[in-house]
Amino acid sequence: MAPPLRNTLLRQANTCLRQNRPTATARLTRTTFLQRLASSLAVLEQRDGKLNMSSLASISAAQKLGGSIHGFVAGGNIKAVADQASKIEGLEKVIFVDNDAYDRGLAENWAPLLVENIKKGGYTHVLAGHSAFGKNLLPRVAAMLDVQQISDITEIQGEDTFVRPIYAGNALLTVQSADNPKLLTVRGTAFPSGNAEGGSASTEEGVDPKAECPTEWVSESLAKSDRPDLASAEKVVSGGRGLKSKEEFDRLMPPLADAIGAAIGASRAAVDSGFADNSLQVGQTGKNVAPQLYLCAGISGAIQHLAGMKDSKVIAAINKDADAPIFQVADVGLVGDLFDKVPELTEKLQK
Amino acid sequence: MSKLRILVPVKRVIDYAVKPRVNKAQTAVEKNNVKHSMNPFDELSIEEAVRLREAKKPVEDILAFSAGPAKCQDTLRTAMAMGCDRALHVVEEKQELEPLGVAKLLQKVVEDEKRNLVILGKQSIDDDANQTGQMLAGLLNWPQATQASKVEIDESDNVTVTREVDGGVETLRAKLPMIITTDLRLNEPRYASLPNIMKAKKKPLEKKSLKDYGLDVENRLKTVKVQEPPPRQGGGKVEDVDGMIAKLKELGAL
Repeated sequence: MAPPLRNTLLRQANTCLRQNRPTATARLTRTTFLQRLASSLAVLEQRDGKLNMSSLASISAAQKLGGSIHGFVAGGNIKAVADQASKIEGLEKVIFVDNDAYDRGLAENWAPLLVENIKKGGYTHVLAGHSAFGKNLLPRVAAMLDVQQISDITEIQGEDTFVRPIYAGNALLTVQSADNPKLLTVRGTAFPSGNAEGGSASTEEGVDPKAECPTEWVSESLAKSDRPDLASAEKVVSGGRGLKSKEEFDRLMPPLADAIGAAIGASRAAVDSGFADNSLQVGQTGKNVAPQLYLCAGISGAIQHLAGMKDSKVIAAINKDADAPIFQVADVGLVGDLFDKVPELTEKLQK
Repeated sequence: MSKLRILVPVKRVIDYAVKPRVNKAQTAVEKNNVKHSMNPFDELSIEEAVRLREAKKPVEDILAFSAGPAKCQDTLRTAMAMGCDRALHVVEEKQELEPLGVAKLLQKVVEDEKRNLVILGKQSIDDDANQTGQMLAGLLNWPQATQASKVEIDESDNVTVTREVDGGVETLRAKLPMIITTDLRLNEPRYASLPNIMKAKKKPLEKKSLKDYGLDVENRLKTVKVQEPPPRQGGGKVEDVDGMIAKLKELGAL
């Protein structure tokens, strides 16, 4: 064997050995340590007395940590929600605080509420979904507890080691935290959605510090839709700038979505141009989706958009530009004019 | 109405259009010889602050702030060219501060400089944490409105903010002092004109260090590894719609 090649092989073998041995033992001790000590609080979301099922991902994430898991809910007339939550598989206990001051999820009174309940429960980990609610609330809690939160985790490697995407998903960062408790927001699409049935947790009333809330909730305007929720849909059809106008977007995308029972998404360009509602934006600054099928038309595939959809199982793209970056990630690419291809596809799928 | 004393923290990050590369040692993203610019969400903060002044709100001054290596000065000059009155640079060459450290530093700046409105970007496009504004609000115990797409301040210091939430928007109201973080829909940031860039060179830029604030902000998180995500292979192209449907069925997606 030629010496340079042999040296390389030897070096590789050595590196493998060096990497393998300590990690294996470290992981073993970590796991046993974990099962003894971890106790997690999963912050669950509710709206109008209904549990938000996508927040169950924080429970499945907590299960990877081992140890006991408590769920937390708060709001007016919360007992029914707490009872519903007590059936979630994996929960040992549901802590609830009945006070309608928490109905709107405002961080100003929620943060002291969580701080008190975290302290009382002595949790090692606190997890919430990386949703608008979790993003708004958890860092405030982290600062009050003097903890550096870890956002949008996609993997749990040990009780103190987590993986999260940075740079719009162009790099994966593995970090280790010595903070106690560890505060985590969880990327919903990276963990199983959890089972809402089959559990039998006890329920227990939490502490209510009744912190004053300097912020008043005025109103909301939510986009109404009968279609599946974008963030958790099995299939997503998504339109971009190539659709040219809101009229064309509304003419072409909904029938395609209906043909396969998909949610509708959009690129930032489409949202900025007013073709689609802001809440439909997929990407670094919009929603992260990881459906079975992501079918997009008229989207070039800028890195900010790819950040939000490249974990999809199958990506299909229709674009007239054969060199569009979207084709580098698409499993199925069709070069052609979307104004011909989308209606044809819709028609053939309806059959 | 109170005089508005606005703080706009800005961060120098790798330009949004650049595809970041992980270094060979897998310890960080390669930053040498890579184009940097102001975090896009921070441009929106500055624009919003300047528009408050242009809307004849009583803006006393707009202070731009950045913490990091010497090159952050360029970012602060850009901020002043866009309309900030002065800048404060906390020079820190060695470590990149975490959101908690930055929030603690900002808390001191807010107190020192008697700020009553802080407008931050909702997240920096490098570490994508989305934490600093909320942490600062928590440390100061001020109201917060994150992911703002519309901001209005009335005569009695009421701040009404429309914020982007899952599924739509919601509107909140609180009194100054307050923390706001910007979402992309808030405004369209202006370009700095050449005369303004020239003028910005004469605006005051103060340099300080972490020590001046009596802060020792040791990072809490240890980077174990930075990796490229597993590459995705484009599966090639199909000729027509029938080909697309056939392939999707073959892949089990339909």
